[in-house]
Amino acid sequence: MSDLLDLTLHVWRQPKSTTPGKLVTYKVKGVSKHASFLEMLDILNDQLTVTGEEPIAFDHDCREGICGSCAIMINGRPHGGQRGTTACQLHMRFFKNGDEIWIEPWRAAAFPVIKDLCVDRSAFDRVIAAGGFVSANAGSAPDANDVLVPKEAADRAMDAAACIGCGACVAACPNGSAMLFVAAKLAHLHHLPQGQPERGHRAAAMVTAMDAAGFGNCSNHYECEAACPKQIPRDVMAGMNRDYLKSAVVHRDRENNSDGT
Amino acid sequence: MISLDSRSPSGPIDQQWSKAKFDMKLVNPANKRKYKVIVVGSGLAGGAAAATLSELGYDVACFCFQDSPRRAHSIAAQGGINAAKNYQNDGDSIHRLFYDTVKGGDFRARESNVHRLAEVSVDIIDQCAAMGVPFAREYGGTLANRSFGGAQVSRTFYARGQTGQQLLLGVYSALSRQIGAGKVKMFPRTEMLDVVVEDGRAVGIVARDLVTGEIKSHSAHAVVLATGGYGNVFYLSTNAKGCNVTATYRAHKKGAGFANPCFTQIHPTCIPVSGDYQSKLTLMSESLRNDGRVWVPKGAGDIDKRPSEISSEQRDYFLERKYPSFGNLSPRDIASRAAKEQCDDGRGVGPGGRGVYLDFADAIKRDGESLIRERYGNLFEMYERITGEDPYRVPMRIYPAVHYTMGGLWVDYHLQTTIPGLFCLGEANFSDHGANRLGASALMQGLADGYFIINYTLGNYLAGVTATKDLAATTTASFRDAESAVTGKLDKILGVKGKRPVDSFHKELGQIMWEDCGMARSKESLTHALEAIPKLREQFWSDVTVLGSRDSFNQTLEKAGRVADLLEFGELLCRDALVREESCGGHFRVEHQADGEAKRDDDKFCHAAVWEYVKDAEPVRHIEPLTFENVKLATRSYK
Repeated sequence: MSDLLDLTLHVWRQPKSTTPGKLVTYKVKGVSKHASFLEMLDILNDQLTVTGEEPIAFDHDCREGICGSCAIMINGRPHGGQRGTTACQLHMRFFKNGDEIWIEPWRAAAFPVIKDLCVDRSAFDRVIAAGGFVSANAGSAPDANDVLVPKEAADRAMDAAACIGCGACVAACPNGSAMLFVAAKLAHLHHLPQGQPERGHRAAAMVTAMDAAGFGNCSNHYECEAACPKQIPRDVMAGMNRDYLKSAVVHRDRENNSDGT
Repeated sequence: MISLDSRSPSGPIDQQWSKAKFDMKLVNPANKRKYKVIVVGSGLAGGAAAATLSELGYDVACFCFQDSPRRAHSIAAQGGINAAKNYQNDGDSIHRLFYDTVKGGDFRARESNVHRLAEVSVDIIDQCAAMGVPFAREYGGTLANRSFGGAQVSRTFYARGQTGQQLLLGVYSALSRQIGAGKVKMFPRTEMLDVVVEDGRAVGIVARDLVTGEIKSHSAHAVVLATGGYGNVFYLSTNAKGCNVTATYRAHKKGAGFANPCFTQIHPTCIPVSGDYQSKLTLMSESLRNDGRVWVPKGAGDIDKRPSEISSEQRDYFLERKYPSFGNLSPRDIASRAAKEQCDDGRGVGPGGRGVYLDFADAIKRDGESLIRERYGNLFEMYERITGEDPYRVPMRIYPAVHYTMGGLWVDYHLQTTIPGLFCLGEANFSDHGANRLGASALMQGLADGYFIINYTLGNYLAGVTATKDLAATTTASFRDAESAVTGKLDKILGVKGKRPVDSFHKELGQIMWEDCGMARSKESLTHALEAIPKLREQFWSDVTVLGSRDSFNQTLEKAGRVADLLEFGELLCRDALVREESCGGHFRVEHQADGEAKRDDDKFCHAAVWEYVKDAEPVRHIEPLTFENVKLATRSYK
């Protein structure tokens, strides 16, 4: 059997955020089954370049599934739908010779398209800047072993902290909700003793920022969990709802003192 | 003429940093906000520096080319971070970490800097834990440790196989807090394209907004570069695709000395190249060599056989054979060279014969599959995802790959480059790892520089600068000249309108570098590279094709600018390798070996080589002599 694939690709082309986009069909021939999905796009891009057509813009960087840059909808599934796999780690052996593949950017109101397959995910940064931190200036820390953290708590914090901020959860959600992303950050910090002092304020501030950024609400489809390349479990969202409700009852705003200085 | 005063403090080594901190001038808290600082890069070093300087009250602007500071390449580090905590009660100390680092670097690092690194390592762990980094814990709630190459103690802290990610997310959260409070102005998707120097001082940068294409100047009282390493000069490396030399190389062209560019690290355990479409290489953690046995077939005739068809008598466990006392856990540089030798000998396995087996069969037989799965499950999964092969059934195939660069901009004890007001942190500088970096020390250095060193040394510099008078206007001739040079270069690239895509030049450069200046270097190979690179550069400037425009989002144009710099920098790297007529750490000159092992020449090369850029002429080599008063110069042996 040949190790090479001939494929038909339907790729979203959009010159910039303010101009309309459309799917454009390309043929790409002789792609090795051992190539990664992004390497297949590299091959197509070189092919386009030599024929005088501008290459397809797509975000990528580490190409080993950890930086969270890649954000491609493949056949309607974020990152292509392979369990626990980012688009950069998806390999062409999962496709067959002659396949048609639809390649699009994330679709969400809070993630406007910049160009082709690149979207603006700065809304995530704004949510973190609203409260996704522990206020501890450099130099102010006690000895690391002065604060004991039960192993189970550290493990559960790490499970949630594995989020790479790619936005697949938002792209998968019919409502464009960022609940899984926000809840994962809250779960990471709230499983640890270091996260407790600011717990209520953090939940309230991040949820407020999430709403302001234009993300939708959760209506329990759990497409986010299925799409998450780091397999963040959906139960983090229950913890977030609890923290948010509690903060709504007892929370008093810190009067613009969120910088912690 | 550049000056290379290291400004290392005098006195006993364990008191130097305390003394230096006391001697440094301070900026009064109320005045700090009047000083503007630019930080380029948002990884462990840059992100930590931007957050910390902002916490102190300075007016900070931070730039990164990624879409978010959270994506800097520090995120990909797997194994861990060293610190001399001695929590394991196994004999670690600041002095031992210092000693291991100097020795591991094959005696080509500056003692004073390395000692300071070991001292502040303990504060780093405290700080990270306080910020909520989910380090691995023991059942009693204390921090867990593991061991790494080049050390006989367990001093490595870790967060599963994602230590870099968790440390970076800690830095990113601290930085985000300052951004949210309006105290750091963040410029994501913005690439620094030049440093502006006025009256001999760094006064700002010229950067391109990668979304709009706008080229803009930004002025400051000081500029901090934390822009990572240059491993991508080899095209294929474990670095992210965006990693590049542009910031440091353009600073070099503005007068910053570049030190030891030939000190590059090749990591022995990476997934081999599978075809010419390959765009990057993936690391398989060093920890695998605890249980995996490395071998190739004894006979070249057996390389195409299935590994299960080759009996143990027909296998050559070459690391165990050559280095019986360290075996499969020989240091990175040694293990890499040994694998290359076997492949050069025609006994490599897999596509193109560039691979050796890393076999877990004996470990699985001994300990059971479930224990191996518990130890390495995520790595085995990653391997299978990439290769389609199940390492529980067939041995992994691995091959060395470029991983880290010890060379970088020369900095003094204050982390200042040869340009006053221009500082350089993390992998981008040269100071701490000598000719070979030990595992789990890169994260340590990035955070040390960013959290605990630059805050003192930058303050000392700024105390000598007048806040009101010394902030340059971005309309001066030096800014306008830098802007037009940047614009001119981009237009020149767009104007070539040739036939070859950018990547084809980058790949060809990578091949030259890897063949001629990779794991083994010789006078002959380096001379060849020094002829081939300028020719390739000429072809680039006559035949590259970049479509689209300068004033729009144009990823190919970004890449072309970086490749253009790599095409110049690769030559500097080879030149440095040619002049350094010795073998040390990652720099292996085939002419300088004893019984197949690296042979240093301390009489002639016990120094850092610092290159000064000269327009339209050959660069000038200066030296900073290195003295070893606390660790005795000795030959490393692993037999």
